[in-house]
Amino acid sequence: MTMIFVEPDDEAATDVPVRRISFTVNGQKKIAEVEPRLLLSHLIRRGLGLTGTHMGCDTTNCGACTVLVDGRPAKSCTMLAVQADGHEIETVEGLAGASELHPLQEGFRAEHGLQCGFCTPGMMMAAKALLAENPNPTEEDVRWALSGNLCRCTGYQNIVKSVLWAADKLRPASGAEPDGSAAEASTEVTAEG
Amino acid sequence: MYPSRFRYEAPRSIQETISLLHEHGDDAKVLAGGQSLVPLMKLRFASPGLVVDINNIGGLGYHRADPDGSLRIGALCRHADLERSALLNGMQPVMAAAAPLIADPIVRQRGTLVGSLCHADPQGDWASVIAALEGRVVVRGPAGTRTIAMADFITGPFQNALEADEVAVEVIIPAPRATPAGGYLKLERRVGDFATVGVAVAVERTGERVTRAGIALTGVGGSTINAAEAAAALVGQPLTAETIDTAADLAAQAARPRTDHRGSAEYKRHMVRTFVTRILSSEARKTSTADGSERAA
Repeated sequence: MTMIFVEPDDEAATDVPVRRISFTVNGQKKIAEVEPRLLLSHLIRRGLGLTGTHMGCDTTNCGACTVLVDGRPAKSCTMLAVQADGHEIETVEGLAGASELHPLQEGFRAEHGLQCGFCTPGMMMAAKALLAENPNPTEEDVRWALSGNLCRCTGYQNIVKSVLWAADKLRPASGAEPDGSAAEASTEVTAEG
Repeated sequence: MYPSRFRYEAPRSIQETISLLHEHGDDAKVLAGGQSLVPLMKLRFASPGLVVDINNIGGLGYHRADPDGSLRIGALCRHADLERSALLNGMQPVMAAAAPLIADPIVRQRGTLVGSLCHADPQGDWASVIAALEGRVVVRGPAGTRTIAMADFITGPFQNALEADEVAVEVIIPAPRATPAGGYLKLERRVGDFATVGVAVAVERTGERVTRAGIALTGVGGSTINAAEAAAALVGQPLTAETIDTAADLAAQAARPRTDHRGSAEYKRHMVRTFVTRILSSEARKTSTADGSERAA
């Protein structure tokens, strides 16, 4: 177990109401002592050093800071770190295995789903929640599920393709949908690999 | 951005919540979904000395139908639960129409209906929906439980009828006495933006005639607007082009929109008229084609 201490600013720490919380991040158990006003995004980035979770707008609009809390997507700039107590947090760092990328990450690479990459971690986490709930999304389903995540580079086209690519890859081979776009995506996998 | 410093308590029961609120009064704030409160605290529009997080209280995440047909929505029922609810799709078309239009998909995972009502944002969608359905808010405090009609619950912009030591625990939508119908339409510049205009229309009909109607408006006044005259004009009438026009005009007159970056007052008023007409015309078409059976494709 890891012990971390995070202090949000320079004020004297004597009067600060600190709470001890325990939670898991990407499957690892953590204990932290945090001030209640510390945001979950700051605990993740500064406390845990997991800087894959990005802070974009800081006003609950852009979704760059999206993580999964017990499997459900949440904007981590709009949740207090103390609220993670007893819960499971998953960040973009939890997607890849030791030696291979998660199909979503592969999909974003194969379909050029990012340009500057700032929104990408949030897009992937929102997409992961979508695919867990609906393994066979339509393009419309993907657009709907990602409508809380802003991207200023891509115009979203390739992000949507990337998620559909991942959905196709994650589907059990035997139960493959006889769907035109999925077939197209598989061809590209072969071409790429 | 950080909120200013506060103390945090996460009680395990409503009773404990009430004690904390009683002890700290106006200095305490209840945290449910936090999708409005946390941003407000970060911007320092709100600086409570104590945040009482009710998320650890079990048994508040429900929405269910009572045997008599009324609906109950608990304080921790998230927008996303309502969006995916087969129950709402089957029995409450106005709420089913509104649920997918709240904020954005990620905010809907945490935000709550009851919290949204308490927040009393003039641009909040649920307040109009629940007002049109004549819902009631169940409130608990040191003196016990009381029930407040939605029409009386919001007392002004960002103001509700709760005493400092009371907490809203559930919302009740009364059982329909006839076939429930209606909808919610929202004009927003992009997903997640506040409503430029939102219109909730709830009607119940026996045969061709409207037996009950509720119309409420989002974003076109200092708080949620109950267009009671527009609704009253429908009762006892069939839905025809004329009765729909009259109701739409009265609803537009009830609006008190202001010109801002989302549109001119005249435009917003026009949209109120258009939305009322659209919802009611769609209902009128359903009966004329489906011979009384609602929810036709």
